[in-house]
Amino acid sequence: MIFQAISEGTIFAPATAKGKSAVAIIRISGKHTLEILTNISGVNLRPREMVLRRIIHPKNREVLDEALVVYFPKGRSYTGEDSAELHLHGSRATLKAVMSCLLDEGLRMAEPGEFTYRALLNGQMDLAQIEGLGDLIEAETETQRKQAQRALDGEISHSTISWKNELIHCLALLETEIEFSEEEIPEDIKNQTISTLLGLRDTLLNEVKGVDMAERLRDGFEVAIIGPPNSGKSTLLNYLAGREAAITSNYAGTTRDVLEVYMEVEGLPVCFLDTAGIRESSDPIEKIGIEKTKKRAKDADLRIFLQEPNLATFPGVEWQEGDLKLMAKVDLVKENDLKGVSGLTGQGVNHMLEDIARELENRIEKVGVMNNTRQRQAIERAITYLVKAELELAGTNNGRSEIAAEELRQAIRALETITGAIDIEQVLGEIFSNFCIGK
Amino acid sequence: MTNHFDVIVVGGGHAGCEAAAASARAGADTAMITLKYDGIGQMSCNPAIGGLGKGHLVREIDALDGIMGVVADQAAIQFRLLNRRKGPAVQGPRAQMDRVLYRSAMQKRIAKTTNLTTLEGEVVDITYANGKLEGVVLADGSTLAAKTVVLTTGTFLRGIIRLGQKATPAGRVGDSSAVRLAERLDELGFPLGRLKTGTPPRLDSSTINWDALEKQPGDEVPEMFSFLSAKPQARQISCAITHTNEQTHAIIRRDLDKSAIYGGYFESTGPRYCPSIEDKVVRFPDRNKHQIFLEPEGLTTELVYPNGISTSLPEETQVEFVQSINGLEQARITQFGYAIEYDYVDPKSLRYTLETRNLENLFLAGQINGTTGYEEAAGQGLVAGINAARKALCQEKIQFLRSDSYIGVMIDDLITRGVTEPYRMFTSRAEFRLSLRADNADQRLTPKGIEWGIVSTERKRNFDEKSRKLEYFREILVTKSLSPSEARDHGIVMSKDGVRRTGLDLLTYPGVNLEKLVEIWPELYEIDMKTATLLENDAVYSRYLERQNQEAKSLVEDERCKIPDELDYMSMKGLSGELRSKLNEIRPETLGQAGRIEGMTPSALAYILSTVNRRNPLGHARN
Repeated sequence: MIFQAISEGTIFAPATAKGKSAVAIIRISGKHTLEILTNISGVNLRPREMVLRRIIHPKNREVLDEALVVYFPKGRSYTGEDSAELHLHGSRATLKAVMSCLLDEGLRMAEPGEFTYRALLNGQMDLAQIEGLGDLIEAETETQRKQAQRALDGEISHSTISWKNELIHCLALLETEIEFSEEEIPEDIKNQTISTLLGLRDTLLNEVKGVDMAERLRDGFEVAIIGPPNSGKSTLLNYLAGREAAITSNYAGTTRDVLEVYMEVEGLPVCFLDTAGIRESSDPIEKIGIEKTKKRAKDADLRIFLQEPNLATFPGVEWQEGDLKLMAKVDLVKENDLKGVSGLTGQGVNHMLEDIARELENRIEKVGVMNNTRQRQAIERAITYLVKAELELAGTNNGRSEIAAEELRQAIRALETITGAIDIEQVLGEIFSNFCIGK
Repeated sequence: MTNHFDVIVVGGGHAGCEAAAASARAGADTAMITLKYDGIGQMSCNPAIGGLGKGHLVREIDALDGIMGVVADQAAIQFRLLNRRKGPAVQGPRAQMDRVLYRSAMQKRIAKTTNLTTLEGEVVDITYANGKLEGVVLADGSTLAAKTVVLTTGTFLRGIIRLGQKATPAGRVGDSSAVRLAERLDELGFPLGRLKTGTPPRLDSSTINWDALEKQPGDEVPEMFSFLSAKPQARQISCAITHTNEQTHAIIRRDLDKSAIYGGYFESTGPRYCPSIEDKVVRFPDRNKHQIFLEPEGLTTELVYPNGISTSLPEETQVEFVQSINGLEQARITQFGYAIEYDYVDPKSLRYTLETRNLENLFLAGQINGTTGYEEAAGQGLVAGINAARKALCQEKIQFLRSDSYIGVMIDDLITRGVTEPYRMFTSRAEFRLSLRADNADQRLTPKGIEWGIVSTERKRNFDEKSRKLEYFREILVTKSLSPSEARDHGIVMSKDGVRRTGLDLLTYPGVNLEKLVEIWPELYEIDMKTATLLENDAVYSRYLERQNQEAKSLVEDERCKIPDELDYMSMKGLSGELRSKLNEIRPETLGQAGRIEGMTPSALAYILSTVNRRNPLGHARN
């Protein structure tokens, strides 16, 4: 596969360390910088002048953050190209939202060292900086060494090795049909390719879910507490937090924002979300709160439905597999055999936490573990190409294998950052070990 | 020593002939030295040229006015376009040759080449001073001086033929091997390796029961190699197909320990894609038969080449297993199969011009570089020949790129990755496969050939005329368009989105070809088959060509960025030891080549580039 020596396209990457901080900075570099900056933060940005702007997702017009935005024109920037910095609020959710917005806008996440590489290509570095490159490479080598060691120790999931083998197998089947049509090769080779491709696609789809899981392990699983107004959601949250995280009162509709409380549940990072009570409301601000709630609740990993006797439904939020239903304010209920929870007395809280931990652990076990956005992006792109390859083969156009092979090559290139490079020699090796070919 | 010649080419095989002809076309006073004049253009292995990837190479050679395609067309006795039912990018022209016709056509062609002298003799050594080659030494002790030399010695370097338990030093059957030359290369520090390959026994046609066998005729409409050829010259024949059987396999299994390959006599590696029959039987025990193509070696000879049973079993076993095969019960073996082991020079030590790094002005081409196949040899011959001539004439060197030709893919593979088995071309080696088609080889390369001055006026005129027609009709196709409802009136189904489609767009729809478009736009009526096919083929891949063009552009950028030869990789702290020694061995000439080295990372590349820039503070490496 070819490796483009000179890097292309507009790239971005967080420039601040991962984890909680007051400010998170995203750097952008490449010729589409200004265009994208304008799309997400509006017009009239003056060079090298930092301004406060709202970052809006151009597609759904959602406000992602208020940020300090600065644009560096070509020739007067670190990389020497058009570039920019976004200084965001340091929440992980915000950073993630802005990053996925940039991906949606067609930017690519930078490879390690890519900003520096561009700076160098554009003659922006002095000798001292160039010396520093050696260290960078050394660090990279050290990372690679550790990765290799982990693979040897069997820590890296077997899935990576197995996809690599399947990719090679798929391409080998296609190439056999192309290169050796003169030879006696099995006739059902096309169907075999299609079914292998579909299998691989499913594996990768599963893995994308696994990426989610890995992110959760790092950033926390979201558990939304849902219930009708005044059902004791905030009281429960306060009990969990052991402090007054949410303001509670007896008046319905007190919680208008989604509040978050981070804690560890049996070793798993969990972020409990206290949501505005769901009810019909005429108050416009409360209405917004309710809409937000529905969305956050739907997207959360798990929902705890607090029910009051005789009131079992929650308009707008559906029960999903694994969610918990608990009797609210169970301390007030006479028949104590009901599964319930009370934030006031703490009754049932331990049971609830055990149930949550069991459910989340189950999910972690089910899927593979892959750990970052870049890899996820790579897998998703690969899936797109795999699907195209499969469509070509199964399609009406007589299944042109050279076109399917081209799509598969693109899939392989997308995955190479994860699987390591796949060499045509490996594909040829697979052909010759599976088929008796050659005169 | 005065210069007798600008360029001396040693060897008259496929690499040698193409190298000598290319050098002469490039304007250098060229000599080709061969053991026997009559051996020029000899096909030592199977009597066929072309195939997938290989046919692409022949077309490219022809597009640069090389000689293999034209000669093959004259000598062909059966034409077949492989993968005719697949897409145009993976169709490969192939033809069976009459060996005698091929040799004589090649000899005639060489004889009438201007600037080219042919000499009979055996080159036993080379002379040099101060790291620069000066000339060659012949067996009689005389020397010939040249500015540059191309060595195309095939399998002759310390060649050993093995047949059963017997071993004979030889370059091929009937020719002695070159030991002194190999020792000289050794002494000069050339990294040498050992490879092996094999051939099947040859059969007497009159002893084969042809009537019992399935016939394989050629194509009804033959696809010629050369863009200049119109139709076959020789009478056309059929091949036949037979199969080995359980009994054949039992005989082979019984005598495995007597096989040169299986008896443990070889240390070298043979090609995976060209396994011996011993290999097939051992590695695929579940197969109860293996296919054999019976290929007549010509119209005037009784020799038949049974493609598929290359072997190094003892003579008596060969007779026994051959006669166990359907149709071959009475077959007489006229020459036994054998395996040959020989030295090759690790091509990682070569530059993209195929000049050696160990000795300036020495170029290598063909099997000596670890390749196999007539076409691969000829392709390298062309590259080495042109560059040897240009170096002798003090002109700039020429680089073939992965994005412009299979020749470029092959050269880059060889010098960047080296070989672990005899290197053979496959279309899957070309990442730009959809752009590098056999049918557009002239569009890709002839303009370059014209620029380099190696294309004859006849070919240039022919090419210009073809290009003119192509542009004329392409222009019509991009100006003419139909709306979806107009298209529907003509029976072309598409979504009703109101977007007009040009003629070129319409060609990408299933079932739409130029014949259909001629019905719609009569001004296309005069289009000829060749132009129509070319336009249709472009349309098939139009969606992918844009992406490939983009990638090709950045490849060209990467290749433009040169890395000096003497860069000291071993002192580059920070690069891993493995990468350092790889770089030191391969010595990439461009940033692009460096990027293709296994294990390369962007920051390591940046580090190399920074070192280049620092050494050269005035000029930026990219310029």
